[in-house]
Amino acid sequence: MSKKRLYLILGCVLIAYAFLAVAPVVFAQDATEAEYRPFPKIGSRNAAWIAAQLHLLFGSFILGVPMFAVIIEFIGWKTKDMRYDRMAQEFIKLCMGAFSTTALLGGVLVFILIWCYPKVMTKLSGIFGPTMIFYVVLFFGETFTLYLYSYGWDKMQGRHKGWHLFLGVLLNVWGTAIMFVSNSWLSYQTSPATQYGVLSEGRRKSWIEEKLAADPSLTPETAMEGVTSHTMVPLHNETTGEFMGTLWDAVNNFTWMPVNIHRLVGNIAFGGSIVAAYAAFRFLVAKTKEDKAHYDWMGYTGNFIALCGLIPLPFLGYWLGREIYMFNNTMGINMMGSLFSWLFIIQAVMIGVLFIGANYYLWSGMGRIEGAEVYARYRPYMITVIIICVAIWMTPRTLSKISSASELSAMGGANHPHLGLFGLMTAKNTAVNIIILTTFLSFLFYRRSGKIPTASWKRIGNVAISVIFFLATVSIVVIGIVGFTVPTDLRVNILTPYQVLVALAVMAVVTVVDIFMYRKATMSGTIKWGEMTDRSQYVLILVAITFTSLMGLMGYARSGLREAWHIFGVMQDTSPDAFTPLLSEAVNMVAIIMVAFFALVGFIFWLGLWGEKKKQAAAAPVEAEVAVESDD
Amino acid sequence: MKRLSLFTICLIILVGSWLVLRFVIGGVISVPIPASVIAMYMGLILIAVLVHISVEDSLFREFLRPIHETLVDDKRRVRRRVIAVLIPFFLLGYTYSIIAQRANPPGSPRDAHPSPPLELTYKDEVIGTMQDVVNPFRHYEKDDPEAFKAHVENGRRVYHQNCFPCHGDHLDGQGHFAPYLQPLPANFQDPGIIPNFQESFFFWRIAKGGPGLPAAGTPWDSAMPIWEDYLTKDEIWDVILFLSDYTGYQPRTFGEAH
Repeated sequence: MSKKRLYLILGCVLIAYAFLAVAPVVFAQDATEAEYRPFPKIGSRNAAWIAAQLHLLFGSFILGVPMFAVIIEFIGWKTKDMRYDRMAQEFIKLCMGAFSTTALLGGVLVFILIWCYPKVMTKLSGIFGPTMIFYVVLFFGETFTLYLYSYGWDKMQGRHKGWHLFLGVLLNVWGTAIMFVSNSWLSYQTSPATQYGVLSEGRRKSWIEEKLAADPSLTPETAMEGVTSHTMVPLHNETTGEFMGTLWDAVNNFTWMPVNIHRLVGNIAFGGSIVAAYAAFRFLVAKTKEDKAHYDWMGYTGNFIALCGLIPLPFLGYWLGREIYMFNNTMGINMMGSLFSWLFIIQAVMIGVLFIGANYYLWSGMGRIEGAEVYARYRPYMITVIIICVAIWMTPRTLSKISSASELSAMGGANHPHLGLFGLMTAKNTAVNIIILTTFLSFLFYRRSGKIPTASWKRIGNVAISVIFFLATVSIVVIGIVGFTVPTDLRVNILTPYQVLVALAVMAVVTVVDIFMYRKATMSGTIKWGEMTDRSQYVLILVAITFTSLMGLMGYARSGLREAWHIFGVMQDTSPDAFTPLLSEAVNMVAIIMVAFFALVGFIFWLGLWGEKKKQAAAAPVEAEVAVESDD
Repeated sequence: MKRLSLFTICLIILVGSWLVLRFVIGGVISVPIPASVIAMYMGLILIAVLVHISVEDSLFREFLRPIHETLVDDKRRVRRRVIAVLIPFFLLGYTYSIIAQRANPPGSPRDAHPSPPLELTYKDEVIGTMQDVVNPFRHYEKDDPEAFKAHVENGRRVYHQNCFPCHGDHLDGQGHFAPYLQPLPANFQDPGIIPNFQESFFFWRIAKGGPGLPAAGTPWDSAMPIWEDYLTKDEIWDVILFLSDYTGYQPRTFGEAH
């Protein structure tokens, strides 16, 4: 990278910091002047929406990629296979390109928020001011660590590799901390409350005082009746709306940690999918066999990472949903049964696309492995299972919006007497777990392709694995059926986690058995990297597009759940944009953002390629001269 | 016997699936499935077929072979001409199906469930937040089974005096007024109704009735009366106890399991 470009990136990052650093001061000055200011043409909410979502998408990419880059680098270091090292470096180069854009978009977002929502920002900065300064410090830490990590890559090989890996880990620590800090702001807007058990002493006292003041018949003892460590306590005075907690109370709000974990894993899946899409594009335009082989391998790795992130995501999303119900039942009903319920049908369709796409890619990949044909006969059954499960997942509970009056009458109501059962979470959770197990089976077949196990117990091992799969599937289905008959509390807190544990346990146990069984396997054929169909590469691009759109849509749900509140139940949105946008409007907006994101990413990657080509062109005559000299 | 081509097999799968959904599941086994849901399932089945045939190049070529033959092979001249004649008829039928006038009105655009308010009220009295309010007689289930039974019996009386004409004597939404209502009355025997909501939600729905439904998600068109004008608070709580006691479904709680 040229010095000019480095200065440009640093300049952009510093401008973004400047926005962040002056923000609290500007908020304070602005507070007395206006509650809202309109953004020209597209309106304040749309402006903030576009900037926030684009910033989040880039942020997710640059936080996700270093997580698996450092793991791949570690694998390369341990196995002494430089291909891994080169691939990890290539991932970080992509990250570098996107880093300055992330910072710039962050700056733009802050600018829009300060300008359009001064009162909201004053309120938030009044509570979270110190964390905003901390955020800037973390950002500096991440920037310089990323530069050291990237520019030091070639120089820190050999005996310095350990230190380089340490830098990679440190980069992830900064990145994760940055995300956790910013998550606290938005999760607080959704759930400005926390549980009594983790509440600060000061807020405990002020809360009891509020209760006593509101009801003079209460005594300090009777006011505590029924209060347990799980009782939800608002962080604001319920009459005046004044913030009464500590900074930590606000940070550690009820949905903070579920959002953190969900996003952390989501970043890995998203980063993997974008890297895979990049590799797919390079594969499609590659001119040489070597390039095709390299980008095929890179695409496979990206898809594998995306799949690793995707598998636990439904569980983590479910946990987040459960916490939202726990925080406020009305919000939960709005999410899953009311205003946003159709969004979750779209979500099911899109996650179906992700799983079908990931499996399609694995099955296509088996085409380039000699000896994989033996597993092809299972494919139609696996497709059938996945499609049935996706159908269950995307079957709406209430069909009134998509049925005619005569169809409703024939069904005897808005719910189909049989298919309507698929609309309930116990059926959907069962379907998801079966999809995950089937996807894992696809991966198992892929791993085994072209290998012949030599372990003496291979027959018993295969029988054991088959039995494990069979029993796990039966257990998951039985738990799902029982889920229809038990109280919701029991289903959500006991049965569903058991279903998840069964699926996870199967994956862990079978992986261990399989590793031992194939430890000294002989090869029946080789992997012909580069011999993938073009269709499989388009699927990788489709998966990345789906991930991006899905993140946009779920962002709309997370933010829209607050309805007409900037801070739920505390600070009302009185702007002209206070209404919840229609699903169709949201889908259009998310589509625009998705196109803008890929246009920006494409431009950044193209810039990287351009630089690479110029470098290669400059190096070519020198290399030719060296070659001529050595011939002499 | 001549082996069927992959293309024919795929066609059989698609047509067969539609027949199963339309007439077997939506006829013999259960009640008819709405056309939109069948279309959704058929879309998925088409994706499954396309995935299967396109994963391997050899399969893809095999699938395309009859299409290619039909288009260029002279031996398939008759088939080609028949298809050429059928295509306009197909388009004609499809166009007619879109633009033809129907006597079948669309279903209700209402949301699945109404969005409850944050506070639960009875007439103008604030009872508490929707999240925290519990049925004051629910604890009798453990503490005093006799008292609980009395409340359930009172709930049964209230139900049969007021609710059963619409919601039915089996609480399945099949009361004798039900066929004349749109939307149809709630079916409490459905496992997706009682277990998904807190008792405070049912109190709100009973107390406020159709007119009390939120502005969002309209039109609701519910014929449910405002029962707080006719029933006491205790009667509403009792009828809620009866609903869960009769059906065996427990309303949603957010207990200590967290």
